[in-house]
Amino acid sequence: MRQRVVITGMGTISPLGHDVETLWRGVLAGRSGISKTELFDARTFPSTFSAQVKDFRPQGLVPNLENHAHAGRATQFALAAAHQAWRQAGLDANGGPDRSRVGIYMGCGEGSLDFEAFTTCLLDAWASGKLDTVRWAKLAWERMDLYREVEQEANMVASHLTRQYEVTGPVINVLTACAASTQALGEATWLIRRGLTDVMISGGSHSMIHPLGVTGFNRLTALSTRNDELATASRPFDRTRDGFVLGEGASILILESLESAQARGAAVLAEIIGFGSSADAFRITDQDPDGAGAAAAMHMALKDAGLTAADIDYINAHGTGTSQNDSVETKAVKSVLGARAKACPISSVKSSLGHLIAAAGATELITCVLALRDRVLPPTANYRTPDPDCDLDYIPNTARPAPNVSIIMSNSFGFGGQNNSILIRR
Amino acid sequence: MSGRRVVVTGLGAVSAAGLGLRPLVDALHSGTSHIRRIAAFDPAGFPCQVGGEVASFSAREFVPKSYRKAVKVMARDIELAVAAADLAFRDAAMATPGMNGTGEAGPAKTVGGYEGSRVACNIGAGLICANLDELGGAMQTSLDEHRRLDMARWGREGMNNLTPLWLLKYLPNMLACHVTIIHGLKGPSNTITCGEASALLAIAEAASQIFRGDADAAIAGGAETKLNPMGLLRQGKLGRLTTANESPASVCRPFDVAHAGTVLGEGAGLLVLEEAQAAVARGARIYAELVGFGAAADPAGCDPLAQHCGNLHLACRRAMDEAQITAADVDLVIAHGTGVPHEDRLEAARLAELLPAASGNAEVLSITGAIGNTYAAAGALGAAVAAAAIGEQKAPASVNFAASDAGCAGIRISPRSHARKLRYVLVETFSHAGQSAAAVLKAFEGGQA
Repeated sequence: MRQRVVITGMGTISPLGHDVETLWRGVLAGRSGISKTELFDARTFPSTFSAQVKDFRPQGLVPNLENHAHAGRATQFALAAAHQAWRQAGLDANGGPDRSRVGIYMGCGEGSLDFEAFTTCLLDAWASGKLDTVRWAKLAWERMDLYREVEQEANMVASHLTRQYEVTGPVINVLTACAASTQALGEATWLIRRGLTDVMISGGSHSMIHPLGVTGFNRLTALSTRNDELATASRPFDRTRDGFVLGEGASILILESLESAQARGAAVLAEIIGFGSSADAFRITDQDPDGAGAAAAMHMALKDAGLTAADIDYINAHGTGTSQNDSVETKAVKSVLGARAKACPISSVKSSLGHLIAAAGATELITCVLALRDRVLPPTANYRTPDPDCDLDYIPNTARPAPNVSIIMSNSFGFGGQNNSILIRR
Repeated sequence: MSGRRVVVTGLGAVSAAGLGLRPLVDALHSGTSHIRRIAAFDPAGFPCQVGGEVASFSAREFVPKSYRKAVKVMARDIELAVAAADLAFRDAAMATPGMNGTGEAGPAKTVGGYEGSRVACNIGAGLICANLDELGGAMQTSLDEHRRLDMARWGREGMNNLTPLWLLKYLPNMLACHVTIIHGLKGPSNTITCGEASALLAIAEAASQIFRGDADAAIAGGAETKLNPMGLLRQGKLGRLTTANESPASVCRPFDVAHAGTVLGEGAGLLVLEEAQAAVARGARIYAELVGFGAAADPAGCDPLAQHCGNLHLACRRAMDEAQITAADVDLVIAHGTGVPHEDRLEAARLAELLPAASGNAEVLSITGAIGNTYAAAGALGAAVAAAAIGEQKAPASVNFAASDAGCAGIRISPRSHARKLRYVLVETFSHAGQSAAAVLKAFEGGQA
């Protein structure tokens, strides 16, 4: 018999604020978390703006900071988000749970490059049209810092969380691009269901707002270049959408077996009832145009939950604001929901939040949990011009009361075709 | 999940020993190390100048004609995975839509008889290093008078020197994405990035997907190379690498009294897993059954200079519990065995506690001496060696092991391979950052679960 899995704590560091309630108020109001990029000089880049985490200092937000002196930006986000989640779940009381029954399953991105050291070594060791690796080795040995280099490994966020909570259960990190943290939450759910752990620290963290990150996405022409209207540049499902807005942040949820939560008398925020994962197996640059892969993930999540499409009250879309994603996702939702598709509200909080890449799914799931709590659905901000290819009810611009909302699906699709859907219930 | 069992039916490997698992198994039987002076670039500026390089191969030969253009956007890590996937499906005698020369009827419509949507793909990966020549070359038109990168020029025009798909070469999930595209795998797909623990974690998750019914078959394991200047720098700075460059073939000596550091390897290990009844029904050759998995972590791993082995004994204990076996049942352990003295000693001590000599006769071996530390591929190459060993009932040996380090004396290491009854084999790895994973493989005995 499998364990039921519930959410008992949540935390976030996001472009809309450094805690869950501020994030939620911002999303409901359709407030924009987007501004000129300040983390580096992007003034001449095709995209000069992003959804940065503002005014973040780990002091006061991360306990035991001395144990994490070398933590990079995204790791600090994760430690701060985890602290909020752990505390909300009440796990800091009475010494907390048996740490061998606590696991970590994160979807975190790689840490940022030490850009200054990296580029100066590269350029100073350049000779006759190629890298002189002998000279580079000497320069890099002097200039590159061990800690900054090691912190770039994608498993280091999980390692810091392991230290912070003295975890000795399973610790895993996945990096399936934009789908990572939804996938992490889904597989974390399975570890609890199978009885391998009682409590999981799960979610994601990522910052790609650095010169090579923005370069990479700009070269792919994936980002909005609406530099003159940056606050409203993220326009999921709108006909004038021209790409996503790169964001950063971390969100962490505490997942727990219902048995464990009840034994502790913990408040249950929502139950995770279904998870589905699929691959497009189509192209690394494009989604399957029929949305078959995305639909397969949604079908698998429904089957896992023992539900049908008619049971879904609201869909939190992947909704990136790229031309392709939003029309493909619309097609996929229509193929899963059939005639009911137009009656099922669906929205993308990336319209105000930007795209947090590996951290996107977990951040979006937090808004789903709060939608259940407050019985209100977050809007798709900046929605002005209908697109004939996107003809569902996207909750344009204004949050909508939903007194009966009970079952919510959240979608995340990764570059390269890894699709994940997760279902929660009140 | 009740009643479903998972078996290993295909082994794909790429390592310094060569393409395919056979050369690696042969190296372990013959005591041959494939560590050489690094040839891919001039390593003279680094304290460590040796590694386990994969001899040059063409990834184009492992993809269908229609997909050859895509090889241009594959970092070497991806090429390694693509080659191993092809080798694994061939070894499993499974024709897939992406395999070359699968018959006159053209590409297969299914994956060895399975619908694509029922086949999962979980490939562990590392931090893929951008090609420094490519990036440095692109920056040359954006330099200021001090030969520093002028960000304004880079943003305006310099970045256009990079191919539009540049970023996609280096995303770790692209290993799995290319493999799913080539072979038409549409089931669950994941990319676990936990250093040396990645591959066993990926295999465990693929097995979980089969146990729970989300897939009937899977390809799973890992691939990585750190044999590039950035990898050599980072691992060198950690102080884990040997600096004895004069005799490469004997320099990596896990558990041996003369161990003095690890060496970087590169490679890919991918296993084809199938639900047991389906595998039997299609007449598959079954190497072994996967009967237990465990994962654990050590909080110390967040400090790169801390000495730990990822609490691997907890991972092993969990895997043995799931397999419902005791120390007396374990015949062979494929240990991580990096050759870093303090790691070897900790690992040996943990294994000695877990498998006390008094309660069994488990032999221990490490494949690292033969091919180097292959990071995200390590656990899968270990699992593939384990499956092959069970298949031929022959225990391979640790290359370069002559006499035990005093701190490793609690475990029994055989310097020579020999015929041996192998029913249960334990495989474990741990990452430098503190994650560990273990799996128990069992000789397949058919019958009901």
